[in-house]
Amino acid sequence: MPYVGQVWGKKGKPVAYALQQLINGISLGMIYGLIAVGYTMVYGIIGMINFAHGDIFMIGAFIALISIVMLVSGGIMEGPAAILIVLLVSMCVTALYGWTVERVAYRPLRGSFRLAPLISAIGMSIVLQNYVQVAQGARVKPIEPLLPGGVEVMRADAFVVQFSYMQMLIIAVTLAVLGIFTWLVTRTPLGRAMRACEQDRKMASLLGIDTDRTISLTFVIGAALAAVAGSMYLLRYGVIDFYIGFLAGVKAFTAAVLGGIGSLPGAVLGGLLIGLIETFWSAYFSVQYKDVAAFSILVLVLIFMPTGLLGRAEVEKV
Amino acid sequence: MSAKGAADPMTAPILQAEGLTMRFGGLTAVDAVSFTAMQGDITAIIGPNGAGKTTMFNCITGFYRPTEGALRLMRDGAPVELQRLAGHRIARAGVARTFQNIRLFQGMTALENLLVAQHNTLMASTGFGIGALLGAPGYRRAEKLAIAKAVRWLEATGLIDRADDPAGALPYGQQRRLEIARAMCTDPVLLCLDEPAAGLNPRESEELATLLRAIRDGGCSILLIEHDMGVVMGISDRVVVLDHGRKIADGPPAEVRADAKVIAAYLGEGDDA
Repeated sequence: MPYVGQVWGKKGKPVAYALQQLINGISLGMIYGLIAVGYTMVYGIIGMINFAHGDIFMIGAFIALISIVMLVSGGIMEGPAAILIVLLVSMCVTALYGWTVERVAYRPLRGSFRLAPLISAIGMSIVLQNYVQVAQGARVKPIEPLLPGGVEVMRADAFVVQFSYMQMLIIAVTLAVLGIFTWLVTRTPLGRAMRACEQDRKMASLLGIDTDRTISLTFVIGAALAAVAGSMYLLRYGVIDFYIGFLAGVKAFTAAVLGGIGSLPGAVLGGLLIGLIETFWSAYFSVQYKDVAAFSILVLVLIFMPTGLLGRAEVEKV
Repeated sequence: MSAKGAADPMTAPILQAEGLTMRFGGLTAVDAVSFTAMQGDITAIIGPNGAGKTTMFNCITGFYRPTEGALRLMRDGAPVELQRLAGHRIARAGVARTFQNIRLFQGMTALENLLVAQHNTLMASTGFGIGALLGAPGYRRAEKLAIAKAVRWLEATGLIDRADDPAGALPYGQQRRLEIARAMCTDPVLLCLDEPAAGLNPRESEELATLLRAIRDGGCSILLIEHDMGVVMGISDRVVVLDHGRKIADGPPAEVRADAKVIAAYLGEGDDA
Protein backbone atom coordinates (compact mmCIF):
# COMPACT_ATOMS: atom_id res chain seq x y z
CA MET A 1 0.00 0.00 0.00
CA PRO A 2 1.53 3.35 -0.97
CA TYR A 3 2.22 5.71 1.86
CA VAL A 4 1.86 9.42 1.18
CA GLY A 5 2.09 10.99 4.63
CA GLN A 6 4.89 11.48 7.12
CA VAL A 7 5.59 9.14 10.01
CA TRP A 8 4.35 10.42 13.35
CA GLY A 9 5.44 9.31 16.78
CA LYS A 10 3.30 7.98 19.61
CA LYS A 11 1.89 11.43 20.27
CA GLY A 12 0.24 11.47 16.86
CA LYS A 13 -1.89 8.46 17.61
CA PRO A 14 -5.05 10.29 18.80
CA VAL A 15 -4.81 12.58 15.78
CA ALA A 16 -4.45 9.61 13.47
CA TYR A 17 -7.37 7.87 15.10
CA ALA A 18 -9.57 10.92 14.73
CA LEU A 19 -8.50 11.40 11.13
CA GLN A 20 -9.47 7.83 10.29
CA GLN A 21 -12.89 8.40 11.84
CA LEU A 22 -13.25 11.60 9.85
CA ILE A 23 -12.60 9.73 6.59
CA ASN A 24 -14.99 6.93 7.52
CA GLY A 25 -17.61 9.37 8.71
CA ILE A 26 -17.52 11.48 5.57
CA SER A 27 -17.84 8.51 3.23
CA LEU A 28 -20.74 7.12 5.27
CA GLY A 29 -22.32 10.57 5.49
CA MET A 30 -22.17 10.96 1.71
CA ILE A 31 -24.32 7.86 1.34
CA TYR A 32 -26.84 9.18 3.85
CA GLY A 33 -26.79 12.53 2.08
CA LEU A 34 -27.65 10.97 -1.27
CA ILE A 35 -30.65 9.19 0.23
CA ALA A 36 -31.68 12.27 2.21
CA VAL A 37 -31.88 14.34 -0.98
CA GLY A 38 -34.64 12.00 -2.18
CA TYR A 39 -36.63 12.52 1.01
CA THR A 40 -36.25 16.23 0.98
CA MET A 41 -37.12 16.62 -2.72
CA VAL A 42 -40.33 14.67 -2.43
CA TYR A 43 -41.25 16.49 0.75
CA GLY A 44 -40.56 19.81 -0.91
CA ILE A 45 -42.78 19.13 -3.87
CA ILE A 46 -45.77 17.25 -2.42
CA GLY A 47 -45.29 17.72 1.31
CA MET A 48 -45.16 14.02 2.01
CA ILE A 49 -42.55 11.84 3.69
CA ASN A 50 -41.88 9.00 1.27
CA PHE A 51 -41.30 6.20 3.74
CA ALA A 52 -40.66 3.77 0.90
CA HIS A 53 -37.56 5.73 -0.10
CA GLY A 54 -35.24 3.67 2.13
CA ASP A 55 -36.47 0.56 0.37
CA ILE A 56 -35.86 2.16 -2.99
CA PHE A 57 -32.26 2.53 -1.76
CA MET A 58 -32.29 -1.19 -0.92
CA ILE A 59 -33.65 -2.03 -4.38
CA GLY A 60 -30.82 0.05 -5.86
CA ALA A 61 -28.29 -2.00 -3.88
CA PHE A 62 -29.86 -5.25 -5.11
CA ILE A 63 -29.94 -4.15 -8.75
CA ALA A 64 -26.25 -3.27 -8.36
CA LEU A 65 -25.61 -6.68 -6.81
CA ILE A 66 -27.35 -8.48 -9.65
CA SER A 67 -25.51 -6.52 -12.31
CA ILE A 68 -22.17 -7.10 -10.56
CA VAL A 69 -22.84 -10.81 -10.47
CA MET A 70 -23.71 -10.79 -14.15
CA LEU A 71 -20.83 -8.56 -15.23
CA VAL A 72 -17.93 -9.47 -13.00
CA SER A 73 -18.67 -13.02 -11.98
CA GLY A 74 -19.76 -13.70 -15.55
CA GLY A 75 -16.27 -12.56 -16.51
CA ILE A 76 -17.46 -9.86 -18.93
CA MET A 77 -15.58 -6.96 -17.41
CA GLU A 78 -14.08 -5.78 -14.17
CA GLY A 79 -12.54 -2.80 -12.37
CA PRO A 80 -13.69 0.82 -12.57
CA ALA A 81 -15.45 0.38 -15.94
CA ALA A 82 -17.61 -2.33 -14.41
CA ILE A 83 -18.45 -0.04 -11.49
CA LEU A 84 -19.60 2.66 -13.90
CA ILE A 85 -21.85 0.23 -15.80
CA VAL A 86 -23.23 -1.15 -12.54
CA LEU A 87 -24.02 2.37 -11.37
CA LEU A 88 -25.83 3.27 -14.58
CA VAL A 89 -27.85 0.06 -14.67
CA SER A 90 -28.81 0.44 -11.04
CA MET A 91 -29.82 4.09 -11.53
CA CYS A 92 -32.01 3.31 -14.54
CA VAL A 93 -33.79 0.29 -13.11
CA THR A 94 -34.27 1.86 -9.68
CA ALA A 95 -35.61 5.03 -11.29
CA LEU A 96 -38.24 2.85 -12.93
CA TYR A 97 -39.15 1.48 -9.51
CA GLY A 98 -39.39 4.99 -8.13
CA TRP A 99 -41.66 6.05 -10.98
CA THR A 100 -43.87 3.00 -10.52
CA VAL A 101 -44.21 3.49 -6.78
CA GLU A 102 -45.36 7.08 -7.30
CA ARG A 103 -47.77 6.11 -10.08
CA VAL A 104 -49.30 3.15 -8.23
CA ALA A 105 -49.26 4.18 -4.60
CA TYR A 106 -49.24 7.99 -4.40
CA ARG A 107 -50.76 9.60 -7.45
CA PRO A 108 -54.21 8.03 -7.03
CA LEU A 109 -54.25 9.48 -3.51
CA ARG A 110 -53.38 13.03 -4.49
CA GLY A 111 -56.15 15.32 -3.32
CA SER A 112 -57.09 12.80 -0.68
CA PHE A 113 -56.55 13.60 3.01
CA ARG A 114 -52.99 14.28 4.08
CA LEU A 115 -52.26 11.04 5.87
CA ALA A 116 -53.43 8.79 3.03
CA PRO A 117 -50.24 8.88 0.93
CA LEU A 118 -48.16 8.56 4.10
CA ILE A 119 -49.89 5.33 5.04
CA SER A 120 -49.64 4.18 1.46
CA ALA A 121 -45.89 4.86 1.62
CA ILE A 122 -45.49 2.70 4.70
CA GLY A 123 -47.43 -0.03 2.91
CA MET A 124 -45.24 0.35 -0.15
CA SER A 125 -42.17 0.01 2.05
CA ILE A 126 -43.43 -3.30 3.41
CA VAL A 127 -44.36 -4.49 -0.08
CA LEU A 128 -40.89 -3.74 -1.44
CA GLN A 129 -39.13 -5.42 1.48
CA ASN A 130 -41.19 -8.57 1.19
CA TYR A 131 -40.91 -8.61 -2.57
CA VAL A 132 -37.11 -8.60 -2.34
CA GLN A 133 -37.17 -11.12 0.48
CA VAL A 134 -39.24 -13.48 -1.63
CA ALA A 135 -37.36 -12.86 -4.85
CA GLN A 136 -33.82 -12.80 -3.44
CA GLY A 137 -34.11 -14.77 -0.21
CA ALA A 138 -33.73 -13.53 3.32
CA ARG A 139 -30.06 -14.39 3.72
CA VAL A 140 -27.31 -11.80 3.64
CA LYS A 141 -25.77 -11.44 0.17
CA PRO A 142 -22.02 -10.85 -0.01
CA ILE A 143 -19.89 -9.74 -2.97
CA GLU A 144 -16.14 -9.79 -3.58
CA PRO A 145 -14.57 -6.34 -3.19
CA LEU A 146 -14.40 -4.74 -6.63
CA LEU A 147 -11.90 -2.10 -5.72
CA PRO A 148 -9.57 -3.29 -2.96
CA GLY A 149 -6.66 -1.35 -1.52
CA GLY A 150 -6.17 2.28 -0.70
CA VAL A 151 -3.69 4.91 0.38
CA GLU A 152 -2.09 5.24 3.78
CA VAL A 153 -2.53 8.82 4.70
CA MET A 154 -0.81 8.87 8.05
CA ARG A 155 1.11 6.51 10.27
CA ALA A 156 1.46 7.12 13.99
CA ASP A 157 3.09 4.48 16.14
CA ALA A 158 1.36 1.27 15.09
CA PHE A 159 -1.83 2.98 13.93
CA VAL A 160 -2.22 3.40 10.19
CA VAL A 161 -4.73 5.80 8.73
CA GLN A 162 -6.19 4.36 5.55
CA PHE A 163 -8.08 6.11 2.85
CA SER A 164 -9.37 3.26 0.73
CA TYR A 165 -9.94 3.58 -3.00
CA MET A 166 -13.55 2.66 -2.36
CA GLN A 167 -13.99 5.60 0.02
CA MET A 168 -12.39 7.92 -2.50
CA LEU A 169 -14.75 6.57 -5.14
CA ILE A 170 -17.77 7.11 -2.88
CA ILE A 171 -16.78 10.69 -2.18
CA ALA A 172 -15.92 11.43 -5.80
CA VAL A 173 -19.06 9.85 -7.24
CA THR A 174 -21.29 11.51 -4.65
CA LEU A 175 -19.79 14.91 -5.30
CA ALA A 176 -20.12 14.41 -9.07
CA VAL A 177 -23.73 13.22 -8.80
CA LEU A 178 -24.64 16.07 -6.46
CA GLY A 179 -22.94 18.53 -8.81
CA ILE A 180 -24.96 17.30 -11.78
CA PHE A 181 -28.08 17.29 -9.66
CA THR A 182 -27.53 20.85 -8.42
CA TRP A 183 -27.04 21.99 -11.99
CA LEU A 184 -30.22 20.20 -13.00
CA VAL A 185 -32.27 21.89 -10.29
CA THR A 186 -30.87 25.39 -10.63
CA ARG A 187 -30.19 25.73 -14.35
CA THR A 188 -32.56 23.64 -16.44
CA PRO A 189 -36.23 24.15 -17.27
CA LEU A 190 -37.01 20.89 -15.50
CA GLY A 191 -35.39 22.15 -12.31
CA ARG A 192 -37.23 25.44 -12.55
CA ALA A 193 -40.50 23.57 -12.98
CA MET A 194 -39.67 21.48 -9.91
CA ARG A 195 -38.94 24.54 -7.82
CA ALA A 196 -42.08 26.23 -9.12
CA CYS A 197 -44.21 23.21 -8.19
CA GLU A 198 -42.57 23.18 -4.80
CA GLN A 199 -43.47 26.79 -4.12
CA ASP A 200 -46.98 26.88 -5.57
CA ARG A 201 -48.21 23.82 -7.39
CA LYS A 202 -51.55 25.30 -8.48
CA MET A 203 -49.88 28.40 -9.88
CA ALA A 204 -47.32 26.30 -11.75
CA SER A 205 -50.15 24.41 -13.35
CA LEU A 206 -51.84 27.69 -14.31
CA LEU A 207 -48.66 28.61 -16.16
CA GLY A 208 -48.94 25.45 -18.22
CA ILE A 209 -46.60 23.17 -16.30
CA ASP A 210 -47.73 19.57 -16.19
CA THR A 211 -47.40 19.14 -12.44
CA ASP A 212 -48.09 15.40 -12.45
CA ARG A 213 -45.22 14.81 -14.80
CA THR A 214 -42.95 17.08 -12.77
CA ILE A 215 -43.78 15.12 -9.62
CA SER A 216 -43.08 11.84 -11.44
CA LEU A 217 -39.69 13.16 -12.49
CA THR A 218 -38.94 14.17 -8.92
CA PHE A 219 -39.49 10.58 -7.85
CA VAL A 220 -37.39 9.30 -10.74
CA ILE A 221 -34.48 11.57 -9.85
CA GLY A 222 -34.78 10.78 -6.14
CA ALA A 223 -34.74 7.06 -6.90
CA ALA A 224 -31.72 7.39 -9.18
CA LEU A 225 -29.81 9.17 -6.39
CA ALA A 226 -30.87 6.45 -3.93
CA ALA A 227 -29.60 3.87 -6.43
CA VAL A 228 -26.19 5.54 -6.43
CA ALA A 229 -26.24 5.42 -2.63
CA GLY A 230 -27.32 1.76 -2.68
CA SER A 231 -24.57 0.79 -5.11
CA MET A 232 -21.97 2.63 -3.05
CA TYR A 233 -23.22 0.98 0.12
CA LEU A 234 -22.92 -2.45 -1.50
CA LEU A 235 -19.43 -1.76 -2.83
CA ARG A 236 -18.21 -0.33 0.46
CA TYR A 237 -19.64 -2.84 2.91
CA GLY A 238 -19.86 -5.87 0.64
CA VAL A 239 -22.99 -7.34 2.20
CA ILE A 240 -26.66 -6.45 1.82
CA ASP A 241 -30.01 -7.96 2.69
CA PHE A 242 -33.63 -7.01 2.13
CA TYR A 243 -33.78 -5.11 5.40
CA ILE A 244 -30.96 -2.55 4.92
CA GLY A 245 -33.41 0.02 3.59
CA PHE A 246 -35.16 0.45 6.90
CA LEU A 247 -32.31 1.71 9.05
CA ALA A 248 -30.58 3.58 6.23
CA GLY A 249 -33.91 5.16 5.34
CA VAL A 250 -34.63 6.31 8.87
CA LYS A 251 -31.08 7.68 9.21
CA ALA A 252 -31.37 9.56 5.94
CA PHE A 253 -34.74 10.89 6.99
CA THR A 254 -33.10 12.09 10.21
CA ALA A 255 -30.42 13.72 8.07
CA ALA A 256 -33.05 15.48 5.96
CA VAL A 257 -34.82 16.79 9.07
CA LEU A 258 -31.53 17.81 10.66
CA GLY A 259 -30.54 19.77 7.57
CA GLY A 260 -34.01 21.29 7.28
CA ILE A 261 -36.53 19.28 5.33
CA GLY A 262 -37.17 20.78 1.92
CA SER A 263 -33.64 22.16 1.64
CA LEU A 264 -31.34 20.33 -0.78
CA PRO A 265 -27.98 21.54 0.58
CA GLY A 266 -29.44 20.88 4.02
CA ALA A 267 -30.00 17.22 3.15
CA VAL A 268 -26.37 16.75 2.16
CA LEU A 269 -25.12 18.63 5.21
CA GLY A 270 -27.44 16.64 7.45
CA GLY A 271 -26.23 13.37 5.90
CA LEU A 272 -22.62 14.31 6.52
CA LEU A 273 -23.35 15.27 10.12
CA ILE A 274 -25.26 12.05 10.84
CA GLY A 275 -22.46 10.01 9.27
CA LEU A 276 -19.84 11.82 11.32
CA ILE A 277 -21.80 11.68 14.58
CA GLU A 278 -22.42 7.98 14.14
CA THR A 279 -18.81 7.18 13.28
CA PHE A 280 -17.27 9.27 16.05
CA TRP A 281 -19.75 7.95 18.59
CA SER A 282 -18.83 4.37 17.64
CA ALA A 283 -15.15 5.21 17.84
CA TYR A 284 -15.09 7.00 21.19
CA PHE A 285 -18.10 5.66 23.06
CA SER A 286 -19.89 2.51 22.09
CA VAL A 287 -20.84 0.90 18.81
CA GLN A 288 -24.03 -0.48 20.27
CA TYR A 289 -25.39 2.97 21.00
CA LYS A 290 -24.51 4.63 17.69
CA ASP A 291 -28.11 4.59 16.48
CA VAL A 292 -29.28 5.99 19.79
CA ALA A 293 -26.83 8.84 19.30
CA ALA A 294 -28.03 9.54 15.77
CA PHE A 295 -31.69 9.51 16.72
CA SER A 296 -31.14 11.55 19.87
CA ILE A 297 -29.89 14.23 17.53
CA LEU A 298 -33.19 14.02 15.66
CA VAL A 299 -35.10 14.52 18.90
CA LEU A 300 -32.94 17.45 19.97
CA VAL A 301 -33.20 19.11 16.58
CA LEU A 302 -36.95 18.76 16.52
CA ILE A 303 -37.19 20.32 19.97
CA PHE A 304 -34.76 23.20 19.60
CA MET A 305 -34.60 23.83 15.84
CA PRO A 306 -37.83 22.56 14.31
CA THR A 307 -36.88 23.93 10.89
CA GLY A 308 -33.46 22.26 10.90
CA LEU A 309 -30.09 23.80 10.14
CA LEU A 310 -30.80 25.26 6.71
CA GLY A 311 -34.58 25.03 6.65
CA ARG A 312 -36.72 28.10 6.40
CA ALA A 313 -39.69 28.67 8.60
CA GLU A 314 -43.01 28.19 6.87
CA VAL A 315 -44.71 31.52 6.79
CA GLU A 316 -48.42 31.12 6.40
CA LYS A 317 -49.83 34.17 4.66
CA VAL A 318 -53.31 35.19 5.55
CA MET B 1 -53.58 38.10 -34.81
CA SER B 2 -54.17 40.36 -37.78
CA ALA B 3 -53.88 44.11 -37.62
CA LYS B 4 -57.40 44.30 -38.97
CA GLY B 5 -58.72 42.42 -35.95
CA ALA B 6 -57.06 44.90 -33.64
CA ALA B 7 -58.40 47.88 -35.59
CA ASP B 8 -61.94 46.57 -35.58
CA PRO B 9 -62.38 44.95 -32.19
CA MET B 10 -66.06 44.14 -32.57
CA THR B 11 -65.40 41.49 -35.20
CA ALA B 12 -65.05 38.30 -33.18
CA PRO B 13 -65.58 37.04 -29.66
CA ILE B 14 -62.59 35.72 -27.72
CA LEU B 15 -64.45 34.25 -24.77
CA GLN B 16 -68.07 33.19 -24.47
CA ALA B 17 -69.63 32.20 -21.17
CA GLU B 18 -72.98 30.48 -21.40
CA GLY B 19 -75.16 29.84 -18.37
CA LEU B 20 -72.10 29.67 -16.16
CA THR B 21 -73.06 28.44 -12.69
CA MET B 22 -70.85 27.65 -9.72
CA ARG B 23 -72.30 26.22 -6.52
CA PHE B 24 -70.49 25.55 -3.28
CA GLY B 25 -72.81 23.20 -1.41
CA GLY B 26 -76.02 25.20 -1.01
CA LEU B 27 -74.47 28.53 -1.99
CA THR B 28 -74.74 29.62 -5.59
CA ALA B 29 -71.83 32.00 -6.07
CA VAL B 30 -72.32 32.45 -9.82
CA ASP B 31 -75.82 31.98 -11.17
CA ALA B 32 -76.34 31.32 -14.88
CA VAL B 33 -74.15 34.15 -16.13
CA SER B 34 -73.71 34.55 -19.88
CA PHE B 35 -71.48 37.16 -21.48
CA THR B 36 -69.11 37.59 -24.36
CA ALA B 37 -65.69 39.20 -24.34
CA MET B 38 -64.56 40.52 -27.72
CA GLN B 39 -61.21 40.01 -29.30
CA GLY B 40 -58.87 42.95 -28.80
CA ASP B 41 -61.05 44.43 -26.06
CA ILE B 42 -60.46 45.13 -22.42
CA THR B 43 -63.50 43.68 -20.69
CA ALA B 44 -64.03 44.52 -17.04
CA ILE B 45 -66.12 42.54 -14.59
CA ILE B 46 -67.31 44.69 -11.72
CA GLY B 47 -69.74 44.33 -8.89
CA PRO B 48 -70.05 44.86 -5.14
CA ASN B 49 -68.21 42.59 -2.70
CA GLY B 50 -69.44 39.02 -2.82
CA ALA B 51 -70.96 39.44 -6.28
CA GLY B 52 -69.15 36.35 -7.58
CA LYS B 53 -66.49 38.09 -9.67
CA THR B 54 -63.52 36.12 -8.37
CA THR B 55 -65.44 32.84 -8.48
CA MET B 56 -66.25 33.41 -12.13
CA PHE B 57 -62.63 34.25 -12.77
CA ASN B 58 -61.53 31.07 -11.09
CA CYS B 59 -63.83 29.10 -13.38
CA ILE B 60 -62.45 30.76 -16.48
CA THR B 61 -58.84 30.10 -15.51
CA GLY B 62 -59.36 26.52 -14.39
CA PHE B 63 -59.00 27.11 -10.69
CA TYR B 64 -62.53 25.81 -10.19
CA ARG B 65 -64.58 23.56 -12.41
CA PRO B 66 -67.97 25.19 -13.04
CA THR B 67 -71.01 23.27 -11.81
CA GLU B 68 -72.91 24.04 -15.00
CA GLY B 69 -72.52 25.98 -18.18
CA ALA B 70 -69.98 26.34 -20.91
CA LEU B 71 -66.92 28.52 -21.34
CA ARG B 72 -65.70 28.80 -24.87
CA LEU B 73 -62.35 30.29 -25.80
CA MET B 74 -62.17 31.19 -29.49
CA ARG B 75 -58.65 30.58 -30.51
CA ASP B 76 -57.93 31.05 -34.22
CA GLY B 77 -61.66 30.76 -34.85
CA ALA B 78 -61.89 27.28 -33.31
CA PRO B 79 -63.74 27.04 -29.99
CA VAL B 80 -61.99 25.40 -27.02
CA GLU B 81 -64.26 24.20 -24.21
CA LEU B 82 -62.36 25.50 -21.19
CA GLN B 83 -64.55 23.87 -18.56
CA ARG B 84 -63.39 20.45 -19.70
CA LEU B 85 -59.66 21.09 -19.51
CA ALA B 86 -57.20 20.36 -16.71
CA GLY B 87 -55.44 23.40 -15.22
CA HIS B 88 -52.24 23.22 -17.22
CA ARG B 89 -54.16 22.65 -20.46
CA ILE B 90 -56.11 25.87 -19.96
CA ALA B 91 -52.83 27.73 -19.80
CA ARG B 92 -51.68 25.98 -22.95
CA ALA B 93 -54.95 26.92 -24.66
CA GLY B 94 -53.98 30.55 -24.16
CA VAL B 95 -55.50 31.82 -20.92
CA ALA B 96 -53.19 33.43 -18.36
CA ARG B 97 -54.06 35.05 -15.10
CA THR B 98 -52.82 37.03 -12.12
CA PHE B 99 -54.11 36.91 -8.58
CA GLN B 100 -55.61 39.40 -6.17
CA ASN B 101 -53.14 38.18 -3.55
CA ILE B 102 -49.97 37.98 -5.59
CA ARG B 103 -48.79 34.45 -6.31
CA LEU B 104 -45.27 34.79 -7.59
CA PHE B 105 -42.68 32.13 -6.92
CA GLN B 106 -41.20 34.14 -4.08
CA GLY B 107 -37.97 32.23 -3.77
CA MET B 108 -37.09 32.49 -7.46
CA THR B 109 -35.64 35.52 -9.16
CA ALA B 110 -37.78 37.79 -11.29
CA LEU B 111 -36.14 36.40 -14.42
CA GLU B 112 -36.69 32.81 -13.33
CA ASN B 113 -40.36 33.54 -12.73
CA LEU B 114 -40.66 34.59 -16.35
CA LEU B 115 -38.72 31.54 -17.55
CA VAL B 116 -40.96 29.14 -15.63
CA ALA B 117 -43.86 30.61 -17.57
CA GLN B 118 -42.14 29.54 -20.78
CA HIS B 119 -41.59 26.02 -19.54
CA ASN B 120 -43.70 24.38 -22.24
CA THR B 121 -41.98 26.05 -25.15
CA LEU B 122 -38.61 25.25 -23.62
CA MET B 123 -39.45 21.64 -22.89
CA ALA B 124 -41.06 21.00 -26.25
CA SER B 125 -38.11 22.42 -28.15
CA THR B 126 -35.62 20.34 -26.18
CA GLY B 127 -37.10 16.87 -26.30
CA PHE B 128 -38.61 17.21 -22.82
CA GLY B 129 -35.48 18.14 -21.00
CA ILE B 130 -33.23 15.49 -22.44
CA GLY B 131 -31.76 18.05 -24.81
CA ALA B 132 -31.18 20.35 -21.87
CA LEU B 133 -29.29 17.63 -20.01
CA LEU B 134 -27.08 16.97 -22.98
CA GLY B 135 -26.61 20.65 -23.71
CA ALA B 136 -28.04 20.27 -27.21
CA PRO B 137 -27.71 23.32 -29.46
CA GLY B 138 -31.49 23.39 -29.94
CA TYR B 139 -31.87 23.85 -26.23
CA ARG B 140 -29.36 26.68 -26.07
CA ARG B 141 -31.18 28.45 -28.87
CA ALA B 142 -34.55 27.94 -27.18
CA GLU B 143 -33.21 29.19 -23.88
CA LYS B 144 -31.72 32.25 -25.53
CA LEU B 145 -35.09 33.06 -27.08
CA ALA B 146 -36.83 32.49 -23.74
CA ILE B 147 -34.43 34.83 -21.97
CA ALA B 148 -34.86 37.42 -24.72
CA LYS B 149 -38.62 37.32 -24.31
CA ALA B 150 -38.31 37.55 -20.53
CA VAL B 151 -36.01 40.54 -20.87
CA ARG B 152 -38.48 42.20 -23.24
CA TRP B 153 -41.24 41.91 -20.67
CA LEU B 154 -38.99 43.00 -17.83
CA GLU B 155 -38.27 46.11 -19.86
CA ALA B 156 -41.93 46.66 -20.70
CA THR B 157 -42.81 46.50 -17.01
CA GLY B 158 -39.79 48.55 -15.90
CA LEU B 159 -38.28 45.71 -13.89
CA ILE B 160 -35.13 45.06 -15.85
CA ASP B 161 -32.93 46.32 -13.00
CA ARG B 162 -34.47 43.79 -10.63
CA ALA B 163 -34.08 40.75 -12.92
CA ASP B 164 -31.85 38.79 -10.56
CA ASP B 165 -33.56 39.74 -7.30
CA PRO B 166 -35.82 37.20 -5.61
CA ALA B 167 -39.41 37.99 -6.53
CA GLY B 168 -40.40 38.04 -2.87
CA ALA B 169 -37.99 40.90 -2.20
CA LEU B 170 -39.58 43.29 -4.71
CA PRO B 171 -41.89 46.07 -3.52
CA TYR B 172 -45.60 45.45 -3.87
CA GLY B 173 -46.21 47.47 -7.01
CA GLN B 174 -43.32 45.79 -8.80
CA GLN B 175 -44.56 42.34 -7.79
CA ARG B 176 -47.89 43.19 -9.39
CA ARG B 177 -46.19 44.18 -12.65
CA LEU B 178 -43.99 41.10 -12.53
CA GLU B 179 -47.05 38.93 -12.21
CA ILE B 180 -48.48 40.52 -15.35
CA ALA B 181 -45.15 40.03 -17.14
CA ARG B 182 -45.12 36.40 -16.11
CA ALA B 183 -48.64 35.86 -17.38
CA MET B 184 -47.68 37.46 -20.70
CA CYS B 185 -44.71 35.12 -21.05
CA THR B 186 -47.10 32.20 -21.54
CA ASP B 187 -48.15 33.84 -24.85
CA PRO B 188 -51.81 34.13 -23.91
CA VAL B 189 -54.65 35.19 -26.20
CA LEU B 190 -56.65 36.17 -23.13
CA LEU B 191 -55.10 37.76 -20.05
CA CYS B 192 -57.20 37.65 -16.89
CA LEU B 193 -56.31 40.13 -14.16
CA ASP B 194 -57.79 39.90 -10.69
CA GLU B 195 -57.81 43.41 -9.22
CA PRO B 196 -54.55 44.55 -10.79
CA ALA B 197 -54.84 48.05 -9.33
CA ALA B 198 -55.51 46.96 -5.75
CA GLY B 199 -53.10 48.67 -3.40
CA LEU B 200 -51.49 50.83 -6.08
CA ASN B 201 -51.10 54.57 -5.69
CA PRO B 202 -52.62 56.86 -8.36
CA ARG B 203 -49.35 57.17 -10.28
CA GLU B 204 -48.86 53.39 -10.31
CA SER B 205 -52.49 52.95 -11.40
CA GLU B 206 -51.86 55.26 -14.33
CA GLU B 207 -48.74 53.26 -15.29
CA LEU B 208 -50.76 50.09 -15.04
CA ALA B 209 -53.42 51.48 -17.37
CA THR B 210 -50.72 52.37 -19.89
CA LEU B 211 -49.25 48.87 -19.64
CA LEU B 212 -52.65 47.24 -20.11
CA ARG B 213 -53.41 49.36 -23.15
CA ALA B 214 -50.03 48.39 -24.62
CA ILE B 215 -50.80 44.71 -24.04
CA ARG B 216 -54.21 45.07 -25.68
CA ASP B 217 -52.71 46.89 -28.64
CA GLY B 218 -50.19 44.06 -28.90
CA GLY B 219 -53.11 41.79 -29.71
CA CYS B 220 -53.93 40.14 -26.40
CA SER B 221 -57.47 40.49 -25.13
CA ILE B 222 -57.88 41.36 -21.46
CA LEU B 223 -60.48 40.40 -18.91
CA LEU B 224 -60.22 42.11 -15.55
CA ILE B 225 -61.89 42.39 -12.22
CA GLU B 226 -61.40 45.75 -10.64
CA HIS B 227 -62.71 47.84 -7.78
CA ASP B 228 -60.96 51.03 -8.79
CA MET B 229 -63.67 52.64 -10.90
CA GLY B 230 -61.24 55.20 -12.23
CA VAL B 231 -59.19 52.44 -13.81
CA VAL B 232 -62.24 50.50 -15.02
CA MET B 233 -63.98 53.44 -16.67
CA GLY B 234 -60.71 54.72 -18.08
CA ILE B 235 -59.52 51.65 -19.91
CA SER B 236 -62.40 49.23 -20.41
CA ASP B 237 -64.08 48.77 -23.76
CA ARG B 238 -66.90 46.85 -22.17
CA VAL B 239 -68.11 46.36 -18.61
CA VAL B 240 -70.04 43.41 -17.19
CA VAL B 241 -71.72 44.04 -13.84
CA LEU B 242 -72.47 41.21 -11.43
CA ASP B 243 -74.54 41.33 -8.28
CA HIS B 244 -75.34 38.38 -6.04
CA GLY B 245 -74.00 36.01 -8.67
CA ARG B 246 -76.22 37.34 -11.47
CA LYS B 247 -75.40 39.59 -14.38
CA ILE B 248 -77.29 42.88 -14.03
CA ALA B 249 -75.72 44.95 -16.79
CA ASP B 250 -73.38 44.61 -19.74
CA GLY B 251 -72.17 47.26 -22.15
CA PRO B 252 -69.79 50.18 -22.75
CA PRO B 253 -68.59 51.99 -19.59
CA ALA B 254 -70.64 55.14 -20.08
CA GLU B 255 -73.84 53.17 -20.54
CA VAL B 256 -73.20 50.94 -17.53
CA ARG B 257 -72.40 53.89 -15.32
CA ALA B 258 -75.82 55.36 -16.00
CA ASP B 259 -77.69 52.09 -15.49
CA ALA B 260 -80.22 52.33 -12.68
CA LYS B 261 -79.72 48.73 -11.58
CA VAL B 262 -75.97 49.22 -11.30
CA ILE B 263 -76.38 52.37 -9.23
CA ALA B 264 -78.82 50.55 -7.00
CA ALA B 265 -76.46 47.61 -6.55
CA TYR B 266 -73.60 49.88 -5.53
CA LEU B 267 -75.44 52.47 -3.46
CA GLY B 268 -78.31 50.39 -2.17
CA GLU B 269 -81.89 50.78 -3.37
CA GLY B 270 -83.70 53.99 -2.68
CA ASP B 271 -86.88 54.19 -0.59
CA ASP B 272 -89.02 54.59 -3.65
CA ALA B 273 -87.58 51.55 -5.45
